[in-house]
Amino acid sequence: MPDLVGLLSYATFFLVFASVFAIIVLGLNLQWGFTGLFNVGVAGFVAVGAYTSALLTGPEYPGQVGGFGLPVVVGWLGAMAASGLAALVVGVAALRLRHDYLAITTFGIAVIFQLVALNAQPLTGGPFGLQFVPKPLADAIPGNLAWNAAYLLTVAVLLGVVYAALERLVRSPWGRVLRAVREDEIAAESLGKRAFRLRLQAFVIGCMIMGLGGALYAHFVGYIAPEDFLPILTFQLWTMLIVGGSGNNRGAILGAVVVWALWTLSGGLLREIVPAQHQARAATLQVVLIGLMLMAILLVRPRGLLGEDAVVSRHARSVSPKPDVPTSPS
Amino acid sequence: MLQLVADGFVIGSVIALGAIGVTLVYSILQFANFAHGELLTWGAYLAWTVLVGITAVAGPIMPLGPFSFGWSLLASLVVAALATAALALLLDRVLFRRLRRRGSAITLIMASFGAALVLRNLLQFAYGAVPEYYSREIQVALRLVPRHVLGGLRITPDQLFVLGLTAFTVVALHVFLTRTTLGKAMRATSLNPQLARVTGIDVDGVIRATWIIGGVLAAVAGVFSGLTVQLWPQLGLDLLLPLFAAAILGGIGSVYGAVAGGFIVGLAESLSVPLIGAEYRAATAFAALIAILLVRPTGLFGERP
Repeated sequence: MPDLVGLLSYATFFLVFASVFAIIVLGLNLQWGFTGLFNVGVAGFVAVGAYTSALLTGPEYPGQVGGFGLPVVVGWLGAMAASGLAALVVGVAALRLRHDYLAITTFGIAVIFQLVALNAQPLTGGPFGLQFVPKPLADAIPGNLAWNAAYLLTVAVLLGVVYAALERLVRSPWGRVLRAVREDEIAAESLGKRAFRLRLQAFVIGCMIMGLGGALYAHFVGYIAPEDFLPILTFQLWTMLIVGGSGNNRGAILGAVVVWALWTLSGGLLREIVPAQHQARAATLQVVLIGLMLMAILLVRPRGLLGEDAVVSRHARSVSPKPDVPTSPS
Repeated sequence: MLQLVADGFVIGSVIALGAIGVTLVYSILQFANFAHGELLTWGAYLAWTVLVGITAVAGPIMPLGPFSFGWSLLASLVVAALATAALALLLDRVLFRRLRRRGSAITLIMASFGAALVLRNLLQFAYGAVPEYYSREIQVALRLVPRHVLGGLRITPDQLFVLGLTAFTVVALHVFLTRTTLGKAMRATSLNPQLARVTGIDVDGVIRATWIIGGVLAAVAGVFSGLTVQLWPQLGLDLLLPLFAAAILGGIGSVYGAVAGGFIVGLAESLSVPLIGAEYRAATAFAALIAILLVRPTGLFGERP
């Protein structure tokens, strides 16, 4: 049954990408959904993670640094560390100011990472990127489908871990203060909460998760190039979060699956109906469609498919069963 | 050395004109408009379209004097400026105005980010990704300073045209903002929107004027960029970071700050080329941005952080 095999391998492919995106969107959700930080450079932090892990674990390329050949897990941890470090630098400069400045600064850092990826040939391989990102345990698991399935399992477990950790975090006192800072910074500061430090922590943790997502992407695909991390990636991830519902971790995962499904479907459709010589042009229409979708969601249903829960603490839910108790001063 | 300074002033002209729009929208409408770069691109391509149209109807137009272009480019510039202003107004009408009524500032930024991608990709769909030029005439650069004085200075008539028209535009804008009622209303709204509304200023009119001025200047800047470099769909995206850096450097809301910031960023980019290489010149704008945020977030001429 070759059809079934084809379908299965397509499904694994789709699900791996959807899960990787879901992990990144979870990181974005911590920043935007729970803390109100507007990060326009998501693709940049994903790229840092992808390149770091690829360099730490990769083989030696002629005329390039790297080739450390470390275990893949070390690469993933290194990816998180590198993205977190980049976030720290950006955050210290921009997080004390109005939110627009963070948007502009993160936009800038993504541009810079793109420049470095394109031009710093000895480090990043330039426009051709890194071609031999090792696939973990590729020798131990024979067959493409089996390996893809095993990787899917790994990514799914990691997605579960990230989801569970974030759920714990945002429902902890720390997470509640994050929302307080988001809603009313002056009130939170007057209660002795250090808004800047909290925002910086949330920003760095979010970017570390994005870096992990980038590393997972790199090791699945097997090669990375600067064009994998263009602003359009940031835009797709944002659309996933907004469609799914920011401030809701399940919404973030749902949004990743839904938007990625729409993206692959529209891409497949365009490939079917548009003749080969016009495909590059038609691909721009795909971006237009997704852009219109984001704007429409912002206008029509700004809270997304699954909105934010009004009550975050499980204690509040179990202790005060009265539904008429207002939980937020809105 | 002199040559780099001159080049810096030319690229600075483009950045300054674009940054004026960014800073006006930022201070009057209270959000960072990520779609502003696309107004530059659209202005440049609209002018190119009109130019191609004129050439198709009237045949090739003789260049004016030493310049590489004829009257047709000037006519195209006017048409493109008006069309870009209309595009900015349309964008405000269908998107930003609705979000302004209930959304937060960040919703507006996000929407502008989406609008930027839609505009850029529509343009790329319509025109393709191949670079275009307004004119393929070869220009003889004028030697203003001989080679033995600080490396000499050569400048093309087109670049002089860009510098001259930029100076004229900035002076005209200065007169508008200081002498006309609408200009004064715009400055008042930019300083304090609530107070402006209370004192009976027609804020909707001010917002329309903001988009029109921003759109016209963006189109002029886009055409300048197309004239001195080339036209391609990423023109505005590449300039967006310098635009923001210039606006913040000058201080949000300050038109003169934006002009000064534009020239500073342009000079910094140009002078850094021998040090870090042309491919990293965008990094200079970013370094300037980070430095100003760390040292003086209100910018050189601004009052509000």
